[in-house]
Amino acid sequence: MDTTLLLLADGRFPAGGHAHSSGLEAAVAAGRVAGLAEVEAFLRGRLTTAGPVAAAFAAAACQGISPAVLDVELDARTPSPAARLASRRQGRALLRAGRATWPSARYDDVPHHPDGCHQPIALGLTAAAAGLTAEQTALVAAYGVLTGPASAAVRLLGLDPYQVQAMLARLATACDEISSDAVAAAAGGPPSDLPSASAPLADIHAETHATWEVRLFAS
Amino acid sequence: MRAYARVTAQAVKRGGGTVLTELRGDSPLLLRRTHDEDGIVTVHLVGGAAGPLGGDELRLDVVVGSGAALRLRSVAASIALPGRAAAPSQFTVTARVASGGSLQWLPEPTVAAARCRHNAYASIDVAEEADLLWRDELICGRYAETPGSLTMSTSVAYAGAPLLRQCLRVGPDADGWAGPAVLGAAKATGSLLQVHPGISAGGPIVLGPTAVRTPLRGPATLTTVVADDAHALRAYLGRR
Repeated sequence: MDTTLLLLADGRFPAGGHAHSSGLEAAVAAGRVAGLAEVEAFLRGRLTTAGPVAAAFAAAACQGISPAVLDVELDARTPSPAARLASRRQGRALLRAGRATWPSARYDDVPHHPDGCHQPIALGLTAAAAGLTAEQTALVAAYGVLTGPASAAVRLLGLDPYQVQAMLARLATACDEISSDAVAAAAGGPPSDLPSASAPLADIHAETHATWEVRLFAS
Repeated sequence: MRAYARVTAQAVKRGGGTVLTELRGDSPLLLRRTHDEDGIVTVHLVGGAAGPLGGDELRLDVVVGSGAALRLRSVAASIALPGRAAAPSQFTVTARVASGGSLQWLPEPTVAAARCRHNAYASIDVAEEADLLWRDELICGRYAETPGSLTMSTSVAYAGAPLLRQCLRVGPDADGWAGPAVLGAAKATGSLLQVHPGISAGGPIVLGPTAVRTPLRGPATLTTVVADDAHALRAYLGRR
């Protein structure tokens, strides 16, 4: 299963994640992020807020919790319409790649929504189709929360890629912990009790970013 | 300290208006009816002691019946302080608003003092065709103070479906909370949820560089703000 795990977690998996900075572009424009130290603080904040939510919802979807129920619960955890749209667009792109790579009846449960299916739910269904466990699914989700904005940081700020990799290596233990806690949370109770960690600046960044006419990243 | 308070507002059967059929509390969680504001029955939370202090377990239940209207305020900011033992303090609020009812929760901010360990939980159930105004404000530390650990969790259902679930954590147990993904350099943050059936929520509005008002999935908007201090925060989260 290890190769399958690596395939799904690989940034080269054609799921369109490279088009999103998850708020980093707006944080840079607002002057909150200028160098490597702020990028690390940004990633730590994303990992403790977006991390548990994405990892727990992906694990729950992988384990067969109703995607329609998870969809409503994720909307309630995403007050920004721009962030909801970014999640759904990434989910739609991931499902397209997932369906082609690991055909399965698991995709039949995808909730119908004009903008697509939330990314963590799409990830959970794709991981299930690929035969991955809930633990592996949560790890891919938490890892994606880290690596998406990290690669955006290299492009936005012209950072030294070696230093960015060293920073990611420093965050590896935290990423492992977030994903194993998320698996426990997904197994623990009803979908209403899944993690709901929030970050006010995430919503503010998403909405201000959406008003720009010219931008490098879609979110 | 353990304390339990409860307020129930019901519509008057003939002639309209609202009557409080229950109003009880224990120190330090005391409730007092004050002058009606804009014709709305208003109740103030009156802190009967400092705190919440580590170890305190406080609970407030609010019930608003069909056709009744209630506004809840507090007389002063609530300052979460460490107790002598390491136990956390907890303040749980539950609210139930029946169809045609209206609840406004507009308390003063919660302040996370140094070394506090406080958990604030709010669980709100809004029936179809009911109105809600719900304000949360958090100040991270008193003047020049680094806050302890505080969790502010809000869960709202409208007509039985999830509307808003948020949980903000600040302090030493929340990695990255003071960084550019969560609060940045802001010392104050807060939100105002407005549930108002029958009125289109409209599109998102950027109110300022650190304030947005966004439509939720449901007949509601959420204003989300980070600010340098309590005054700048309140400028965005005033009653309307």
